[in-house]
Amino acid sequence: MTSTLQASSTSTAPATVPWGRVRPGRRLADRLLKGACIAVTALGVFVLGWILAMLVVRGVSALSPRIVTAATPGPGSEGGGLANAMAGSLILTLLGILVATPIGVMAGTYLAEYGKRSRLAEVVRFINDILLSAPSILIGLFVYTVMVMPMGQYSGWAGAVALAIIATPVIVRTTEDMLRLVPNGLREAGAALGAPPSKVITTITWRAARSGMMTGILLATARIAGETAPLLFTALNNQFWFSGDLMGGVANLPVTIYQFALSPYANWQELAWAGALIITTAILLLSVVARFVIKKDIAR
Amino acid sequence: MAALVEKAMSGERQALNRRLSHGGFDRAFRWASLASALIVLLVLAGIIASMIVGGWPAFREAGLFGFVTGSTWDINNDVYGAWPAIAGTLATALIALVIGVPISLGIAIFLTQLAPRWLKGPVASAVELLAAVPSIIYGMWGLFVFAPLVAAYLQTPLNRVVEGIPIVGTVLYSRVPSGTGIMTAGIILAIMIIPFVASITRDMLDQIPSVLRESAYGIGCTTWEVVRHVLVPQAGVSIIGAIMLGLGRALGETMAVTFVVGNANRLTALFDPGSTIASRIANEFNEALGLQLHALIALGCILFLVTFSVLIVARLLIARVKVH
Repeated sequence: MTSTLQASSTSTAPATVPWGRVRPGRRLADRLLKGACIAVTALGVFVLGWILAMLVVRGVSALSPRIVTAATPGPGSEGGGLANAMAGSLILTLLGILVATPIGVMAGTYLAEYGKRSRLAEVVRFINDILLSAPSILIGLFVYTVMVMPMGQYSGWAGAVALAIIATPVIVRTTEDMLRLVPNGLREAGAALGAPPSKVITTITWRAARSGMMTGILLATARIAGETAPLLFTALNNQFWFSGDLMGGVANLPVTIYQFALSPYANWQELAWAGALIITTAILLLSVVARFVIKKDIAR
Repeated sequence: MAALVEKAMSGERQALNRRLSHGGFDRAFRWASLASALIVLLVLAGIIASMIVGGWPAFREAGLFGFVTGSTWDINNDVYGAWPAIAGTLATALIALVIGVPISLGIAIFLTQLAPRWLKGPVASAVELLAAVPSIIYGMWGLFVFAPLVAAYLQTPLNRVVEGIPIVGTVLYSRVPSGTGIMTAGIILAIMIIPFVASITRDMLDQIPSVLRESAYGIGCTTWEVVRHVLVPQAGVSIIGAIMLGLGRALGETMAVTFVVGNANRLTALFDPGSTIASRIANEFNEALGLQLHALIALGCILFLVTFSVLIVARLLIARVKVH
């Protein structure tokens, strides 16, 4: 840190302190690098600001109370809202996380507590890292071939399973990382009291890593809440209220935004912007909360 | 003292008894965790199997080589060739890398070497927020805000310059200056991979022992020389790994590309509408029947092979560095 400060103070030294015998070429290269780095960082922050500003400007003007009370309108009909899509999205995301959490936590526990450096654990860890960045469209195709094709229809169940498959690697990874941060002394203390491994894990290590694991689950939720591509082939969409039946298409926000944004109807496009604002706000809030949880844990 | 020992002994006996009675739960817990870990492997095996089985009819129809190199995608006559989509995927990902990688590296260097402490946190979180924004939002921004700008300030002036010039004119001339096309998709992808590449590169640069940097500064190196001769050689391999992770994301990104790529079944010029594997699947899948469905899954199979090889290499490169 200090070295950076010193270095930057030399580079911005006043004219009275010359660069000494630094060749102009070296000075130029250095200035170019610094200028370029500052410029591209400013560009990155600017683009983020631009995207968020556009979302707020076009989304807020499309917001109205009926967004949360009315169902999505049919083609050409006036008004309408996004209530059914929001409810459907909530159900699919919750179902996905409910399936992914036990599997992800247990798999992460296996890697950190049982498998450790064994060959099987190394393979699972590697595959999990690959699945972590796998294109979500392939997960959608996979669930389509194993669930939608045999059942003969799009279904909310398939959508939830696709989301669960995307969320699981995130939870596995964070669970393992967090469990490995727990000092071994705690485990040994538990074992010395005669507690079996399962007892040590459930009452000591899980408890010590609780908030970190929670962060993983929140991040996984944020990740799947905005996923569109896998839902396109599984839950698809419909215009109706969620009927309690997860067979058949289930209305959801991302696919609704996709279809409405590309539609020729003005009110559909308005609704797409409102939906985009709602979903982005929800996801950014989730990620901020997740980060807050983990910060608090480290400070403790 | 004796009482204490007595108490400890009885506690131990109790724990032993409890352990025996809980042995069943202990074993079940262990098996459940092993089974969950195996599910991860099962998912990958399932993806591979479903892609091959689902795409098989299309591969058989045209032959593996014929399917990959065929350039017609004719739904009415059931002739399917993947080449335009494959080329579109590679072209957009390449553009994304060419634009995105220098920007990502610049941000990483800024965050680790140049930024004052008060600026570091906010800029780093801003970059990470960029990663959390769903891809469909990038698509909408690209189609409704960015594409009109491309049409007005890039395609139209460029058309005036390159019209009629051989080769350069063929590549850069856009017949329909609508703003959507391979180039626009590549730029949007560049924006989307920046947060990933930048944050991984930043982590890698942070891991370099500061003694190395300080000694370089100590002998009078400029920041550029420290980056060029200390940081890059130290973190080079893992930075390539980070770039390949970004490439994996760019290859498989679906929604943002579907919005801005133009969805044409051909690849003509850089600024003209085209399609990528992912956008083709997203666009046609819901109406696809029979052989077309299998052809789309076969496209997915090719995408799987390409992205997974890229991701495997990326993970190996990053992991190799972490061990040292």
